[in-house]
Order: sequence, then C-alpha cells, then structure tokens
Amino acid sequence: MTAITRQEVAHLAKLARLDLTATELDHYAEQLAVILQSVARISEVAADDIPPTSHPVPIENVFRDDFAYPGLDRAEVFASAPATQDDRFRVPRILDEEQA
Amino acid sequence: MNSVDADLIRQSASVLAAAISEGEVSSLEVTKAHLARIAEVDERVHAFLQVTSEEALAAAELVDEKRRSGAKLGALAGVPIAVKDVLTMRGVPTTCGSKILEGWRPPYDATVVARLRAADMVILGKTNMDEFAMGSSTEHSAYGPTHNPWDLTRIPGGSGGGSAASLAAFEAPLAIGTDTGGSIRQPAALTGTVGVKPTYGGVSRYGLVALASSLDQAGPCARSVLDAALLHSVIAGHDPRDSTSINAPVPDVVAAANRGDVRGLRIGLVKELGGAGYQVGVLQRFNEAVELLQGLGAEVVEVSCPNFDYALGAYYLILPAEASSNLARFDGMRYGLRAGDDGSNSVEQVMSISREAGFGAEVKRRIMLGTYALSSGYYDAYYGQAQKVRTLITRDFNAAFDKADVLISPTAPTTAFKIGEKVDDPLAMYLNDIATIPVNLAGNCAMSLPVGLAPADGLPVGLQIMAPPMADDRLYLVGSALESALTDKWGHLLIEEVPSL
Repeated sequence: MTAITRQEVAHLAKLARLDLTATELDHYAEQLAVILQSVARISEVAADDIPPTSHPVPIENVFRDDFAYPGLDRAEVFASAPATQDDRFRVPRILDEEQA
Repeated sequence: MNSVDADLIRQSASVLAAAISEGEVSSLEVTKAHLARIAEVDERVHAFLQVTSEEALAAAELVDEKRRSGAKLGALAGVPIAVKDVLTMRGVPTTCGSKILEGWRPPYDATVVARLRAADMVILGKTNMDEFAMGSSTEHSAYGPTHNPWDLTRIPGGSGGGSAASLAAFEAPLAIGTDTGGSIRQPAALTGTVGVKPTYGGVSRYGLVALASSLDQAGPCARSVLDAALLHSVIAGHDPRDSTSINAPVPDVVAAANRGDVRGLRIGLVKELGGAGYQVGVLQRFNEAVELLQGLGAEVVEVSCPNFDYALGAYYLILPAEASSNLARFDGMRYGLRAGDDGSNSVEQVMSISREAGFGAEVKRRIMLGTYALSSGYYDAYYGQAQKVRTLITRDFNAAFDKADVLISPTAPTTAFKIGEKVDDPLAMYLNDIATIPVNLAGNCAMSLPVGLAPADGLPVGLQIMAPPMADDRLYLVGSALESALTDKWGHLLIEEVPSL
C-alpha cells in the first residue's frame, strides 16, 4: 500500500466521471494519501482464513408476489428531468465525433 | 410567540398526542405553534432546508377532522415531525444537502414517509444534513451549516445535524434521521437529545437515497426515550419494497420504554471504546452514568472487542466503495443537475461536468476513495480486507453479547466543536464516529441518550447503548431506566437546560 500520485488521482477522477480542476487534483492527491495511509492499518489483521461480510443480514432470494402496481407518474417524472423532448428524456450525443 | 405556543413547543410527543386525542388541543394549534417557532429561530439555527407549511397545516386539519368524526387515530396522530432531507417525499424538494439535486421533486414517498402519513403525523419539513450524509458536522451541506442550539457557534454533529438541532431548538418534537456510521447517534449526543439506530433491516430503506446500502438505516430522533420508542414503532416493520427488510415482528420498544428496568441485567463496558482520545468531561459523565446503572441493580462487566480498533479503517473503505457505486446514478440524465449540455459535448463529458459542478468536496473525496478501493490491483488489499475485518467485528460483538445483555460506551469522543474547526481535515472529522461505526458494520442496534454536560464547556455528553440484532427493545429498557434516574437527579430532562435562543 503506497502513496497515491497526482496522475493516479486524475485517472480515478476520469473513472468516477468527475471533471476535477488542477487545484482539486493537487489537493485530493495530498488528502487521499493521508486517508489511505491511515486506513491501511487494516492490513495488520491476519484474516486470510476469514470469510468476507458484504452485508450484515445474509438474506437470499427475496421474492415478492407477482402482481401489478402503478408505476411512477410520467408527468411528475418529466417535470424534474433536466431536458425532455417528444415525451422522452433528451440526452447529449452518445458517440464521439470520430465514431459518429 | 404567545405563552400557549411557548408551552406547546416544549411538550413531549407523547403528551401532545394524548392532548390531541383527548381534544384538549387541536393538531392545528400544535402545528401552528411549531411553524411559528421555526419562523422565529430557524434563521439562526438553520435546521430546515424546506418548511412545508401549507402541507403541514392541511394534514393537521385532516387529523382534527378525523378525530371529531370519531375515527381511530394512531399513537402519534397529529404530532408534528421533521424529516431528514435524504428521504423522498412526493412533490416536495428533496436535496440530500446537495446542489446536484437542487429543486428535484421526487415522484414517490419513501416508506418511512408513507408510514408517518399513515399514522396521521404532520410533516413540518425537511432537515439539513451533510451532503449525501457524508460528514459528522452538517458543515458539508451545500446549503450552509446547521448551528447547535446549545451554542450557535458550534456544530450540531452530523450528518443528521438538522434533525437533532430541530429537536433541541424546540422546532419539532420528533424527527427522522438516518445512520450509516453514527449520523443519528452522534448528533443526538452533541445536542442533548435521544437517537436510535435500529437493527439493520428493521426500518425500510425504500426511498432513502442510498449512501452505503449495507450500512444505512433510518431511525427515530426525540427528546426522550419514550418518544423515540413511539416513533420507532410507527416507522419499523417489514416492507416488501426493501429486499433487505427483516420479515419478523418489531420488538416491543414502547413496552420496554414504559418498563425501564436494569435489575439483574449484565451491562458490558467495551474496553476499546474509551480512554485515550476521549475528552475528560465526556469520560467523567460516562463513568457517573455507569455508577448510576450499577446503583439501579445492573451488573457491570468489562468486555474486550479487539477488532474495533480496525473498525474506522474498514468503514472508510467499505463506505466510500459502496458510495462511489451508489452515487454513479447522479449523472444529470433523468433528474438532477445537468451542466455543459451545449450541443457539442458528449454524454460522458456532460456527466463529468455535471458531477463536478453538483458535488461538494467531501463527496468527491469519498467517490474517489471508493473508486480506488474497488479498482483492480487494490481490491483485495483494501475492499476485500475491509470485508474480512467486518466479519471479525461481528464476531467480537457476538462474543461480547455472550457475556453481557447490552454494551455501553460514550457515543462520541468529544462534545460539539466549533464550526470550521475540522472542515478540511478529513481524518479529524472521521474520528468523531469511532465509537458508533462498529454497530453499523455488524448491523445490530444502538441508542444515544444524554447523560449530562461536560464540566469544562457546559456542552451535552451522550452515552451509547448497543444491543444484539433484533433486540432493539433492550435499548429502550436500559435507556428509559437511566433517563428516569437522571431526571430524578436533575429534576428535569437535560434538554430543559438548553439556553433559550
């Protein structure tokens, strides 16, 4: 477990879809390194043979009765949408220009 | 504010409910008194992000009408309540303290909100919180901090600082909070109020905007143990819309609160939660409460939970990992903020620009931390190891509950600190939750209740009671016994000592 570089932070920001500024990249590189260093203590615990817990209550295969119930109101949903067109969500272009 | 209103806002929820059902006072009068109080003090406290006056008055009139017609009313019918802004309420702006959801009006009610409505309760509005519940001070709200009614220059705790402050400022007799790492209990401790994190799965998460799905749990905030129990029983219980909801009867928390008895009960002191890092005044009030419990007939034993030392580290990997994945939904396509949609930017560019513009500093920090912990090459060392530590923490709890019926500790290591003191020091901020986090990781239940003021600063100190999963009633049994012993000693509840605003 090592410190995190500015370049790595830039890569993480890209993966996380955050258009960070240069100042933010510097700031977060510093802070994430400190946080990671402090949480790295968990590696001291010998836990090779310990099963992981992903969830506190292990419930499996939860089903509900198969009946129809009303969905969300269309007008209400669109009223809070950032952009709509022809009764649909309008989104920006999904292909890069060279792909288009 | 007239004297009748001043009297109404200081009453407990149980007294108000009884008076409303007896017709001694109307829900409309009670609601108006609280709305007047909010108008009077909230500019200074800033507990609310949204006050739903019209809806509240209409709901109150409806309850009064129902009562006059002789209809059967619930235990808290007509009583006003504040709801943390992380639960959806149909048609009412729900922001989660974030700019990215500014102005969003959810098209559906959270199950908790639906149950409050079904119980004829009156929702006063939505309370302030750290953005997406990430924080321990409510300073990470995009809409400005909430001020602690005990000292307006200090934080009220977080993330549910708005809910806790609304109680301490007598703006609402009850509130809903959510607790992922302590966000109900730590604000309760810092404001001299009562807060309960129910057993994971005890209260539905449907309509609770997810931070970390395996840790999040909604619960009651109140000024007394009995009031918390009454609210707990309104919101708890199985919900088919939440697949992690427990399909079993809700423990009888109201009966336990009414009984309040620790005779013969084994109370475990957790060795790892206390000592170094805890403020002297916090430990002093905690130790006095332990003596009081002994005097009431409890058997106090010491227990050790050695893996709790690693809980904070595990939590700050598991939480960001789940949060980074949950918050991916805020992409500016179907709801929420969209920025940079200029006709030339691609959808991915618009998403990145929108998220950059809409999220605050702490949210971005945690999203990147989580993305890192989940990325290939680091997954086993970070997220995988944290999940194993989580198992060990649960085992520590199981072993401790073999020796004790409940466990206790201070709720938070310090009293309320000054606004601005730790806002850009994530590690110092994270330490606030050191005693509350283990319960979220293991999924059991816990309560914080006030046990006095720290002598050095005159600010409230909270004691945490922890019980096994689905033994939520034990929290109330112990909490109620301790609360009445303290009330006997002081002559009143601690909250009565809060300075008038």
